[in-house]
Amino acid sequence: MKLSVWTYEGPPHVGAMRVATGMSRLHYVLHAPQGDTYADLLFTMIERRDHRPPVTYTTFQARDLGSDTADLFKTACQDAYDRFRPQAMIVGASCTAELIQDDPGGMAETMGMPVPIVPLELPSYQRKENFGCDETFFQLVKALARPVEKTEEITANLIGPTALGFRHRDDIVEVTRHLEEMGIGVNVVGPMGATPEDLTRLGAAHFNVLMYPETAESAARWMERELGLPFTKTVPIGVGATRDFLQEVSDITGLPVRADENRLRLPWYSASVDSTYLTGKRVFLFGDGTHVAAAARIARDEMGFEVVGLGCYNREQARNIRRVAKEYGVEATVTDDYLEVEAAIEAAAPEMILGTQMERHIGKRLGIPCAVISAPVHVQDFPARYSPQMGFEGANVIFDTWVHPLVMGLEEHLLHMFREDFEFHDEAGPSHHAAHSPARRPAATVQEGGAAPRPAAPDAPRSISVQEEGPGATSGGIEIVWRPAAEKELKKIPFFVRGKAKRNTEAFARERGVAEIDVDTLYEAKAHYAR
Amino acid sequence: MTRNFAPPPAAGCRTAPILKERGQREVFCGLTGIIWLHRKMQDAFFLVVGSRTCAHLLQSAAGVMIFAEPRFGTAILEEQDLAGLADAHAELEREVERLLSRRPDIRQLFLVGSCPSEVIKLDLARAAERLTQRHAPRVRVLNYSGSGIETTFTEGEDACLASMVPVLPETDARQLMLVGALPDVVEDQARDLLDKLGVGPVTVLPAARASDQVAVGPNTVVALTQPFLGETLQCLERRGARHLPAPFPFGEEGTTAWLRAVAAEFGVSDERFEEVTAAPRARARKAVAQAAEVLNGRSVFFFPDSQLEIPLARFLTRECGMDAVEVGAPYINKQVVGADLDLLAEGPVLSEGQDVDLQLDRVRAARPDLTVCGLGLANPLEAEGLTTKWAIELVFTPVHFYEQAGDLAGLFSRPIRRHDLLKLEAVE
Repeated sequence: MKLSVWTYEGPPHVGAMRVATGMSRLHYVLHAPQGDTYADLLFTMIERRDHRPPVTYTTFQARDLGSDTADLFKTACQDAYDRFRPQAMIVGASCTAELIQDDPGGMAETMGMPVPIVPLELPSYQRKENFGCDETFFQLVKALARPVEKTEEITANLIGPTALGFRHRDDIVEVTRHLEEMGIGVNVVGPMGATPEDLTRLGAAHFNVLMYPETAESAARWMERELGLPFTKTVPIGVGATRDFLQEVSDITGLPVRADENRLRLPWYSASVDSTYLTGKRVFLFGDGTHVAAAARIARDEMGFEVVGLGCYNREQARNIRRVAKEYGVEATVTDDYLEVEAAIEAAAPEMILGTQMERHIGKRLGIPCAVISAPVHVQDFPARYSPQMGFEGANVIFDTWVHPLVMGLEEHLLHMFREDFEFHDEAGPSHHAAHSPARRPAATVQEGGAAPRPAAPDAPRSISVQEEGPGATSGGIEIVWRPAAEKELKKIPFFVRGKAKRNTEAFARERGVAEIDVDTLYEAKAHYAR
Repeated sequence: MTRNFAPPPAAGCRTAPILKERGQREVFCGLTGIIWLHRKMQDAFFLVVGSRTCAHLLQSAAGVMIFAEPRFGTAILEEQDLAGLADAHAELEREVERLLSRRPDIRQLFLVGSCPSEVIKLDLARAAERLTQRHAPRVRVLNYSGSGIETTFTEGEDACLASMVPVLPETDARQLMLVGALPDVVEDQARDLLDKLGVGPVTVLPAARASDQVAVGPNTVVALTQPFLGETLQCLERRGARHLPAPFPFGEEGTTAWLRAVAAEFGVSDERFEEVTAAPRARARKAVAQAAEVLNGRSVFFFPDSQLEIPLARFLTRECGMDAVEVGAPYINKQVVGADLDLLAEGPVLSEGQDVDLQLDRVRAARPDLTVCGLGLANPLEAEGLTTKWAIELVFTPVHFYEQAGDLAGLFSRPIRRHDLLKLEAVE
């Protein structure tokens, strides 16, 4: 038993729903109690889908237990077929139905349905949502895909995108475009957009593009083994990774790399002088393994950030993420406990978090800006505009997204210079998005529709530190005290680096056995840590 | 002089036939109530004993995550908990110890049963008893089930409040007890109105804190403020309390009728009643009238959701001029909503329970001007050209009593106004 407040992943049957909802002409009959239909709103509200997920819930209640839950399942299954006439059905149990052991798969198989029935075994008390996606797609591919004649032109399948995926909709478009530029067609995209019939044609492609290992690696491996389809190992997120990906495609197909460089802006934007202020920004990365590994490379090699911590919530990627962490000289945080993630972030004291919606909230609490790089998703992660993560346009989008939460270069200097200005002080936050400023002052009333920013009242209380505790810390046996003058000096440091300055100074003092920090200690520490 | 309402319909819906359906239900389970109950009871923690699905529901149902120290969590059952129940009890006690030591501000702990915990027959009552013995008097540990196999959406609040009734202290005092978790602003308004009427003492279940003494006894009269509290009412009646049946305090008419039932019980004179209610009634009428312009003559269809459907249909038909096509409710408890049924003119289909695909067939056939439904159905129906109102907002928003009557009508008129407002076609 584990106490959990927020979860990064839903149960595995939600993963199966992501596959079913992404596809068309497939229906999912889920043996589940009343209330499990909440999962529909993930798709209709968060993703704004205009159709109900193709899921029939048996909706058993207490009075059905021990009497006719099995009949209920059969009726639901028959009704679903009659009403929706799918090309294939998947059947399975949610966590509660797993306990009553009705064996939906076995029952459905005896019903003589005229379409393929794919039973799912998704252990709810051991596994989670990503496993549910991966296993469901794997079972569907295994049941439906057969060796078929290859397409005449060179084609690829794009596998992995699902409903409720982080930018999957736009990544498909971007990857398709890159392949087109090399003269490669797309055979099947799946699960997103595919029908069960389409899955029977998977073998006609010449290779698979494994877009998201989280959701389709098992299927990719099976197709490699059974259908002789090689698959790409590089996930094309970031400039370098996209180039590696194109090279990998070239190696598989024998076609030369061709890419329209004109639409790639990240390299110049990153090289242009305005971006100098990005140098060495300390970032902490957290999300699913695939997105974090890609983001680490972008952060260090393409933005010039310093990666001070990284981790993932899906244990399936733990080994990969530990390897990446080692390469970046940091400790990997592999956990799905958001309190542990929060503690790791607090300890690393980054200047920016690249994380999920969870970390966005952690960032809000700690006063650290955050950009979202991975699922779990929120309604904001489904923007109306084209906004991929993959390919050249994805790199452009990532540049904008990551720079947006930061205080811009010259503004940062002005904050240093005029730190006592009543309007332009450090707690006002980046001037281009007032709403994101850390809410340390009594919140100004926000008018609907966005009122003009108001000057903070001159007498507004100013808390001084990113952490709520005031200067003074106990550690390693020495109680360190800040002298008032040093404390005052510390307050002059802008809030977004103050936490770091405080920690560094205290560590410096501790190393030297200094129990009282004065202004000199502060500046000696600054000189010590200066690079 | 205050306007009188239209006379009650010659034939209300109390004895109208009810279409009872069983099939797929597109509703939340009772755990969802924790989302508002944990905000209301400020020293309570709700510990769901359940699966990852339960935890996922709680963070998804709210639509947004409440990261400001949520006072709820899920003890997620794992493989080994299912293997040995004895160990599961020990594990639960260990998690509770850890929680209570981390949160010394907690005074009431609810162990909330879920579908999996009910199916494996985890005895939460026994666990609550043992934990109470260990942590009394600092923390009181209670238990109830919010499982989907036993409760639909708002029934979770009913089960929670019902679990509190047996441990309420006994009193012989003559008092009015309001039952239902209302937003603070609404509760304060209700107390103020009752105070001006000279009705008192007034006590509210649930109270904001465990230390706020709520007692019950033979001289307690109970006025429900929410229509989904049937089990709590029965528990209170077993403690000797008496129910004041009345329409629910939605809109000018509902609020007036509800207050009048209380006033009659407490011997408030007509003059005083008139004096206290005249001004807020006039305000409510004016506010409702503005929204009603849009609603008048339009049709409305309710999918079952919170059990608020019958009182709201009464409000929309009598005060806003709407025509009800179908009024669906998860359960219809006539002891509780009888007075509202009397005022709802016969005509609409009254349905109880749900087979969502059949009900969708009916709504498509009827093509009402407004469909009140859950979050899973709203966007798909909008995409079919129907205008919808998400039902869950009716539970989260202050909508009771006079000063919110206009807001309540506004919740229904806004989707229609928006539909009329948006012009996305080419001009020619």
